[in-house]
Amino acid sequence: MSEPVTMLETPIRIDYEFTAGLAQSRYLKGIAEGRFLGQRCPKCGKVYVPPRGSCPTDGVPTTDEVVLGNTGIVTTYCVVNVPFQGQSIEIPYICAQILLDGANIAFMGLIQEVPTDEIRMGMRVEAVWVDKKDLGPTMASVKYFRPSGEPDAAYETYEEYL
Amino acid sequence: MAESEVLRAPHTIEYTYTRSVGPVIGAFLTGLRDGKILGATTGGGRVVVPPTEYDPITSEDVGELVEVGPSGIVTTWAWAARPLPDQPLDRPFAWALVQLDGADTGMLHVVDAAGPEAMASGMRVTARWRSAGDRIGHLRDIECFVAEGARG
Repeated sequence: MSEPVTMLETPIRIDYEFTAGLAQSRYLKGIAEGRFLGQRCPKCGKVYVPPRGSCPTDGVPTTDEVVLGNTGIVTTYCVVNVPFQGQSIEIPYICAQILLDGANIAFMGLIQEVPTDEIRMGMRVEAVWVDKKDLGPTMASVKYFRPSGEPDAAYETYEEYL
Repeated sequence: MAESEVLRAPHTIEYTYTRSVGPVIGAFLTGLRDGKILGATTGGGRVVVPPTEYDPITSEDVGELVEVGPSGIVTTWAWAARPLPDQPLDRPFAWALVQLDGADTGMLHVVDAAGPEAMASGMRVTARWRSAGDRIGHLRDIECFVAEGARG
């Protein structure tokens, strides 16, 4: 007979039906049009992206929609060197918090087209989208961010978001 | 924005663990692959199935592994009227503790039965194996149990 059994695969799977809600549905439809939509709090004026429909500070609905820029600032980042099951991006790669121009909160994005030893806080980046025909209401529409070539942002301009 | 404009999508979270099974469960799984059910003997003379690495009562190491079954009795059972995806059978079945011949404990498995009226505590069942080529060293190498004498 063949070798003794030493390992066992134990799959764990949970199937959800995800409902995006009103605010995120608006956001994802914006993504399908190739743009980032945020929502502004009528009380504190902060712009949230992706919007959740209310301001976490003031607890009021964020009804005012804002079209954000395609560029932003890397506030913090992490270089991923560890392989894991299901990884779809070749390592090493950079995962960064990106503060889009016009937004008051950073979100997570993949950074490409820059050597991992050149990434830095304050780097200006721009979103790279899939071809227009492939755009859809999914974050897969944003391929990654890459350096925009603009001068780095001064630390003071984003220190509030760290 | 109307409610109908809210987006929905399936969202599946799946993570497969690959775990090392150790010498005792490894031997049990190897036995299943070879079409045998093994139990562990304890110092008190009991046979534990599936085998553990230690005596569940005294915590001492278990002794040699012995073959049990492949038939035994259903000690308790519960009817699963609506099987979930990935459960052992795709039609209604019974979860059951099966105390295999030669064993002193019940092993959780499923019984393929026509309905709850075909189930009873104390009924004798026997293992229905996957074909040898399909066995991989997994508890599901036993496809299910069926009433003894039934066409398996």
